[in-house]
Amino acid sequence: MSDVSFVRKEMLPEKAPPASEVGVLGWIRHNLFSSWLNSILTLISLFFIYYVLSNILSWTFESVWNANSLSECREIMMATWGDTHGHACWGVIKDRWLQLLYGFYPPYPAHPDATWSNPPETGSWPAYFRPNLTFVLLLVAIAPVLFPKAPRKLLYVTAAYPFLLPWLMWGGSIWGPLMVAAGFVIGYIAYKLVISAVGSLTALILAIVLPLLWWLFAAGPVAGAINSAIPLGIEPVQSRDFGGFMLAILLGVVAIGVSLPIGIVLALGRQSDLLIVKYLCVGFIEFIRGVPLITLLFVASLLLNLFLPPGTNFDIILRVMIMMTLFSAAYMAEVIRGGLAALPRGQYEGADSLGLNYWQAQRLIIMPQALKISIPGIVSTFIGIFKDTTLVSIIGLFDVIGLTNGIRADTAWNGVYWELFAFIGVLFFVVCFSMSRYSMYLERKLQTGHR
Amino acid sequence: MSELAIDREIDRSKMQVSDEVAIEITNMNKWYGSFHVLRDINLTVNQGERIVIAGPSGSGKSTLIRCLNALEEHQQGSIIVDGTELSNDLKNIDKIRSEVGMVFQHFNLFPHLTILENCTLAPIWVRKTPKKEAEERAMHFLEKVKIPDQALKYPGQLSGGQQQRVAIARSLCMMPRIMLFDEPTSALDPEMIKEVLDTMIELAEEGMTMLCVTHEMGFARQVANRVIFMDAGQVVEQNEPEEFFNNPQSERTKLFLSQILGH
Repeated sequence: MSDVSFVRKEMLPEKAPPASEVGVLGWIRHNLFSSWLNSILTLISLFFIYYVLSNILSWTFESVWNANSLSECREIMMATWGDTHGHACWGVIKDRWLQLLYGFYPPYPAHPDATWSNPPETGSWPAYFRPNLTFVLLLVAIAPVLFPKAPRKLLYVTAAYPFLLPWLMWGGSIWGPLMVAAGFVIGYIAYKLVISAVGSLTALILAIVLPLLWWLFAAGPVAGAINSAIPLGIEPVQSRDFGGFMLAILLGVVAIGVSLPIGIVLALGRQSDLLIVKYLCVGFIEFIRGVPLITLLFVASLLLNLFLPPGTNFDIILRVMIMMTLFSAAYMAEVIRGGLAALPRGQYEGADSLGLNYWQAQRLIIMPQALKISIPGIVSTFIGIFKDTTLVSIIGLFDVIGLTNGIRADTAWNGVYWELFAFIGVLFFVVCFSMSRYSMYLERKLQTGHR
Repeated sequence: MSELAIDREIDRSKMQVSDEVAIEITNMNKWYGSFHVLRDINLTVNQGERIVIAGPSGSGKSTLIRCLNALEEHQQGSIIVDGTELSNDLKNIDKIRSEVGMVFQHFNLFPHLTILENCTLAPIWVRKTPKKEAEERAMHFLEKVKIPDQALKYPGQLSGGQQQRVAIARSLCMMPRIMLFDEPTSALDPEMIKEVLDTMIELAEEGMTMLCVTHEMGFARQVANRVIFMDAGQVVEQNEPEEFFNNPQSERTKLFLSQILGH
């Protein structure tokens, strides 16, 4: 009787979509040629891409590799193509790639007179063995941190790496780094011994103060004493010899590796209910973020010596590392604070209601989620600080950028710009792009169906 | 609003109120800034009681039960939970929180952990239960709330009703003596409310001490042994459910009941 009455007798089956919606043709029509205007824009863009690529590719590949000076390059170019424009002179890279990578780091530290082309006659480690080994160990040490499938036993390498790195790079007695490591063991043992007798706060303070006392007063003499009894070490290398892309990686790795934990602590401190802790963190973060990195580097290179007792030799690279780490940590703290702020309050309450204490809640519930949210920002900060390592050329360290000036000062290569900077650009791009891809992999992996 | 019919016989054999006091609140007051949210609350809850706290929104009922495990701080009076007084002492607070389970309106599951990990986390870290034992217990409670097959999924892959049942199981894994429910069905679709209420009824049948803030009057009528009506931060009326629904005394209660049940 009623016209609005309707009862479905059977459910409708699923149908295939029309051909214009799927497949390669569908995609092209949808994304490139959906209207007249879009078709024209597509054609213009394609032409533009072709124009840029054809120039860059011909410059890159129609080039000269075998030349010992810029003028020789130009002669070859004139002979081959009839002009000197539009052709790269990669001879400079072939001539100076070792310097660009390693700076003035001696290829054979035990044989100061030997060079790459003139290796020592007696048996010795291969050239640049120590920086190369340090780099390989770096990859081994970060593998278990980056990839859960890597064997867990590699974490021992990760734990030892902070002590191996300075020893391998700077050389000297093995006892120094070992005594520094012993400080951590002392702190751990002290904590474990007294935690049952006194409160956890007292134990924590003791676990911080004892190692500090050890490092300040005991570690040096003890290491010296053991070394005079059992000398064990490798040839030392001076900081002024460090340089090239190796220096960028060295500074980048330290700044990245140390700034993340410091950033987490600063972010937690900034959210703390303890007023003094909170304002110390706020003050630190705002001060560091309000000052250009280059100023901090000048402070590290020039001013810091004024405050230190005369005669102390506080290594320039160490000073730069500290400044870069602090700089990156301040940014990291703000990125992580953003992640913390994005977490719903219910997560804190859920953790609290189960009886988890503050640190357990932070470690198990809050930080894993806050860090996950902050991954893009964290990796951006990493990439930023890694590229900022090139600023050290301004305070006289011979990183890759600083070396380009040195290379141009040689009459043979006076006037070479593009090739050097293209090479440096590729080096940095490979590292930064890897970091960016890894962060995307990590985000996908941690996606658990929420949000 | 809602009086969902409870369509099954409730087994009352274990629903016994003992003389043992579970929670004792005396002259408790709380302010948010200068706003007086809880006024002179006096309440004694015995072991085995099932109390429903009702009232209009903003009446302070959620705040009241959140004070019981110190998610909110009270400023005056005393709260004694299971013999331990809630004070600023963090040790007492952690002890009470591990004895008192809480279920939230928005579940508050941990989205980065699987269902099983959600359930084993607190037993392992707070109670120091061995992992294997904690997992066995978690599976036991997940079976109880009828979702053992979801144990390896993440909360985001479950429906709201399932998530809330996981939240109940997660609390139970700590073997609490008291359970607090803060509007456990308010964020759920009507079809899912029933499955959560069923789980709560089963819990009541086993003799659990429960305090529920809820608008499910059917649950209050059938399961509670006492209904407390709050308005403007104070207890306005409390009675056995039969009396409370059939013979409300205060005008405010009558108005509330007529609005909530009146259609």
